[in-house]
Amino acid sequence: MHREGDYRWVIEPTGAMRVPAVLYADEQLLDDMDDKVRWQLCNVASLPGIVGAAYAMPDAHWGYGFPIGGVAAFDADAGGVVSAGGVGFDISCGVRTLVSKCTREDVIGVQERLAHELARTIPAGVGSTGRLRLSDPEMDAMLEGGARWAVAQGFGSADDLAHIEEQGCIAGADPRALSQRARERQREEMGTLGSGNHYLEVQWVAEVFDRAAAAAYALEPGCVVVSIHCGSRGLGHQVGTDYLRDMAIAAPSHGLHLPDRELACAPIRSGLGQRYLGAMRAAMNCALANRQILTHLCRESFRRILPGFDGSLLYDVSHNICKEELHDVGGRKRRLHVHRKGATRAFGPGHEAVPEAMREHGQPVLIGGSMGTASYVLAGAASAEGLSWSSACHGAGRSMSRHQATRQWHGRKVVDELAARGILIRSPSLRGVAEEAPGAYKSVDRVVDVAGKAGLARKVARLEPLICVKG
Amino acid sequence: MTSGRARAPGPVTEAGTADWEHFAHGADIGVRGRGASPAQAFEQAGIALTAVVTQPANVRQATTVAIRCRAPDLELLLYEWLNSLVFHMATQHLLFSGFSVRLAGGELEAEARGERVDVERHAPAVEVKGATLTELAVRQDDDGRWCAQCVLDV
Repeated sequence: MHREGDYRWVIEPTGAMRVPAVLYADEQLLDDMDDKVRWQLCNVASLPGIVGAAYAMPDAHWGYGFPIGGVAAFDADAGGVVSAGGVGFDISCGVRTLVSKCTREDVIGVQERLAHELARTIPAGVGSTGRLRLSDPEMDAMLEGGARWAVAQGFGSADDLAHIEEQGCIAGADPRALSQRARERQREEMGTLGSGNHYLEVQWVAEVFDRAAAAAYALEPGCVVVSIHCGSRGLGHQVGTDYLRDMAIAAPSHGLHLPDRELACAPIRSGLGQRYLGAMRAAMNCALANRQILTHLCRESFRRILPGFDGSLLYDVSHNICKEELHDVGGRKRRLHVHRKGATRAFGPGHEAVPEAMREHGQPVLIGGSMGTASYVLAGAASAEGLSWSSACHGAGRSMSRHQATRQWHGRKVVDELAARGILIRSPSLRGVAEEAPGAYKSVDRVVDVAGKAGLARKVARLEPLICVKG
Repeated sequence: MTSGRARAPGPVTEAGTADWEHFAHGADIGVRGRGASPAQAFEQAGIALTAVVTQPANVRQATTVAIRCRAPDLELLLYEWLNSLVFHMATQHLLFSGFSVRLAGGELEAEARGERVDVERHAPAVEVKGATLTELAVRQDDDGRWCAQCVLDV
């Protein structure tokens, strides 16, 4: 591995690698990365049809086949593949952030009541269920319509849609490509948060780095925002389960000899590859619908406590996806299937996919922190197109296993210590809180600093937590 | 790969003394079951799966679910088995603490015994999204005992 500049490390192709592996990190983040990140990245670099390089973001850690924090683009015309492992089990897991004119002081005056109301309203944790029960035709409509479907059902407003990737609806979804099990897993889970590192967090804008971009994003210093981090729930998990198995079994018949079974993939131009893309896009719509319903529940809760709460949508962006995008390859536009596993799309200024009101500043890139630590809003940088197919980091990334975390912290103590710092945690599981203790994650500040210095995205604002509802 | 072990004591099953453990994975967690046969190792891996969510000893065996699955090899059969448990846990809000597994000709037949999640009593830590192909292995160790393992996405 050799260094190119301060924050870019390159492993030249050897053996089966078709392209280089490129890591964005400073020395400390690189030291903290598990050796498996490099091994997995080199495996990704050996897949057919990969273009440019296999990339690892500054928050990369050991994942499944692909590292989490991995980006890779494939050209269908060059025999490129789509990988279920490269998207992950939590398809279209992502973050959306709502902005408001309420101030931190407004929330502090009602903090306990608001925390209680949100925890009471937002279904979270193991065994929780949503209010909706969808029939088969209704589920098909949801899987094809995404957030647009949810808005038509009365969850949120049409204004929200312009601030969601693909205006809230991913084209090319194929509900027929889903197993019965996938449908059954979603039957009671619409409008639920899930567990693990998923959360709904009330935050305030503690620092602004780029005033013009912050103004375009409606992020005013001292104002309250809400960030929701979750994905496609049981339906997406089951799509990942089903297709990982099918791709692993079918790989030899496609002439794919995988160094790691978890890299399971299929040619984009195969029946299996197309079925997976149809199922994955349906799961993406499920995630967008789910976050839209949660947004509605969140606004209702807020307005019962703070009647003036507006909560308009800043942006909604996913970080576990495969999307077909046009990218500049050696001066020529090529249509690529870009996998982002734990990485966030970060289109730069002027890109037509960015909502018009904020286009000149680039796409909002929403970076979740860990419970009790800061989150960030970044803006896509033009330079990211040539560095990472317009991709940036997605969060802090774990630095410690769940077991190590439960040995080191007790859930009650974590809750009490954060409360003493003015941050209220509401979770049905104290063990879950211990597993998600802030100290179990890398420093999100360092990750976003490096993302900025490497040219992947620009810092716009830092958000500090006030209330965190966790599963 | 062996740091972060949380060895049994879990409940004693039909297979005999509990023999399972967790192993560390960066973001998630691995489960490993051992036994005198692949079937017993699968049963112990099932208990290790429950232990990711709650203490298996606190899960009563009040209801039984029958599970059947097939796969082209033993490793993918373990993947199918654990993911079938995840499916029933998710859709019926169940936790399991007792398993009877029979393996023959690439097919698994099993009964899983447990009860509905009680948030107060079980204090479930996390839901399992799925069993993955990462670190997936079913093998006979040097001592003759069978080991069945993989990483779970949580």
